[in-house]
Amino acid sequence: MKLSNIFSRRNRILLRELVITDFKLRYQGSVLGYAWSILKPLFLFAIMYVVFGMLIKLGSVEHYSVYLLLGIVLWTFFSEATNQGMGSIVGRGDLLRKISFPKYIIVLSTTISALVNLMLNLTIVAIFMLINGVHLNVSAWMLPLYIVEIYVLALGLASLLSALNVKYRDTGHIWEIIMQAAFYATPIIYPLSIVIDKSEIAAKFIMMNPIAQAIQGARYSLITHDTATVASLFKNGWYVLIPIGIVIIIFAIGASYFKKNSKYFAENV
Amino acid sequence: MPSQELAVIVKNLCKSFKLPHEQHSGIKQRIINIFKGIKGYEIQKVLDDVSFEIKKGEFFGIVGRNGSGKSTLLKILAGIYVPDKGLVQVKGSLTPFIELGVGFNPELTGRENVFLNGALLGFSEVEMNEMYGSIVEFAELESFMDQKLKNYSSGMQVRLAFSIAIRARSDILLVDEVLAVGDAAFQSKCFDYFYKLKKSDTTVIFVSHDQGALERFCDRCILLDKGMNISYGETKKVLSKYSGIAFERLENDEITINNSKKNEKKASPQAMIENTVTLDEDGDEKNKFSYGSKITIEYDIKFLKDTNNPIMGVTIWQKNVDKAFIATNTLIDGYKDSGAFKKGDHLRLTFKLPRTLNSGEYIIEPALANEAGTVFYDKQPNAATFFINGGNNPYSILSFDEKMIYKKQP
Repeated sequence: MKLSNIFSRRNRILLRELVITDFKLRYQGSVLGYAWSILKPLFLFAIMYVVFGMLIKLGSVEHYSVYLLLGIVLWTFFSEATNQGMGSIVGRGDLLRKISFPKYIIVLSTTISALVNLMLNLTIVAIFMLINGVHLNVSAWMLPLYIVEIYVLALGLASLLSALNVKYRDTGHIWEIIMQAAFYATPIIYPLSIVIDKSEIAAKFIMMNPIAQAIQGARYSLITHDTATVASLFKNGWYVLIPIGIVIIIFAIGASYFKKNSKYFAENV
Repeated sequence: MPSQELAVIVKNLCKSFKLPHEQHSGIKQRIINIFKGIKGYEIQKVLDDVSFEIKKGEFFGIVGRNGSGKSTLLKILAGIYVPDKGLVQVKGSLTPFIELGVGFNPELTGRENVFLNGALLGFSEVEMNEMYGSIVEFAELESFMDQKLKNYSSGMQVRLAFSIAIRARSDILLVDEVLAVGDAAFQSKCFDYFYKLKKSDTTVIFVSHDQGALERFCDRCILLDKGMNISYGETKKVLSKYSGIAFERLENDEITINNSKKNEKKASPQAMIENTVTLDEDGDEKNKFSYGSKITIEYDIKFLKDTNNPIMGVTIWQKNVDKAFIATNTLIDGYKDSGAFKKGDHLRLTFKLPRTLNSGEYIIEPALANEAGTVFYDKQPNAATFFINGGNNPYSILSFDEKMIYKKQP
């Protein structure tokens, strides 16, 4: 699979059209349409904010609402990209059986739609930052890097899961459980500081999770420098290479498993 | 126009599928099967050592009964399936549309579907914008393009899909059973398009059941049966072989139908028809004939009660055609009073068929009615079948001795 091939003319055309179709179909027949892609994380945020920001106060963080919203938005992106990516090959079985084209385009197109959704949601984050009077740090330029990190991880997982899902339809259920656990294992609703107070080792362990590392990094660069990051926790910035290494390994495994199995998708799907 | 250069080479191609026995798409079932020592699937050979070559610019047909491996072969050529063994070489660009309207989504408008389908055929938005007008015009759907596809009739969908598909420009086109759908006007559009392709340099690989279409367009064909290459070469030769094996199966089906019918039949109080058979010129019972043979239909009538002047008839149908092409009886044939018969009388009726019957499968329906023709004493809709093979005219039921004459006018 050469890089020039991935972005050949025909594949670019196809990718673009599939992303557009995906968007057109997603909120087909709903009154609010695209607004739902913003409203859903916003409502999740509202619920979490009432429960964990007002009822059960989880530590004190500067700009907790924005802090929480950014976490939820990034998590939603990760969850959407992996979940929709996972179902994409089975869902597009009709195409696979009738036309020959590179299969990764399907996974790529669903993850890209998730990415487009993320961009919409980030504008909401920007509005919240304005309302809350969060000053934009110079370090905000780091945000795209964290998004790329989450995207690469999600793409690797989506490739792996979508290929597994062709063979074993249990994959979806297993992934649902894993995602539930991962949501609470990641400092999204709670600030990492409450874990650090109890056990620094546990906090360090949590931060080896690429999603946790990326979300904390994004919060640090965008909202407040009080956020605990890998660098502040280990007192050594180079430790960030561990979660990044995990991302690269997962991506490599996902891509190679997908490539090995994609030949037989049309027969097995 | 075929040239000597080759466009497709297939050598010793084999393909088999794993067919799961029962619901097997779960880890639990797989683990259970491992413990039980069950494989959980069956290997089915779909293509078995198939070899052929297609010349550049050739119109090549793939023929075979249902389940003979035609579509699998086409899908391997299109790169959708990977072969287990053997060589598949395709020279030049190949448009992989196996069916019309790939990717059509009922929730999108006609316009949106045009662009999506176009993208699958490799056209950019700019190119599609240029072609859009003529696509819509060809499909004759100008006023429907902003409606959702689910509100289209199936004929409209096919028209739209076909209008996009014929824009595809590539060296090799794969076409599967397109002609099976659409009304007569649409089919004639298809034929026009195929004639154009036939004259062009495009190589066309065409899968169809329609013997007429195959004969009209294909330079050469391959006949598959149970995944094996049965016949390969000149279209005429391959098609005559095909009608042979197609009938074999129909005949087997027919026997089971007849048996079940016989069991159901109620005892007729007045008279009974028995032993409907077809005979060759030596008077031997036979049901497969070659074109031009002398064929005689024979059946027996047994009277169970005294019967006066019954009408005895026979109707002959060609399979899949609604109108009988021969229907006659003793009244039509001029026997005003057929006579008085006593209980226990036994008659034998014979009827000679014209020798100009063209190839096909035929069904014999003998009947027996009362003098007024108002009550059927017995009628057997499927008493016997026979087959005729060969001849050179698959388009009509009968051939004629008269030939066409043409003269240049001054």
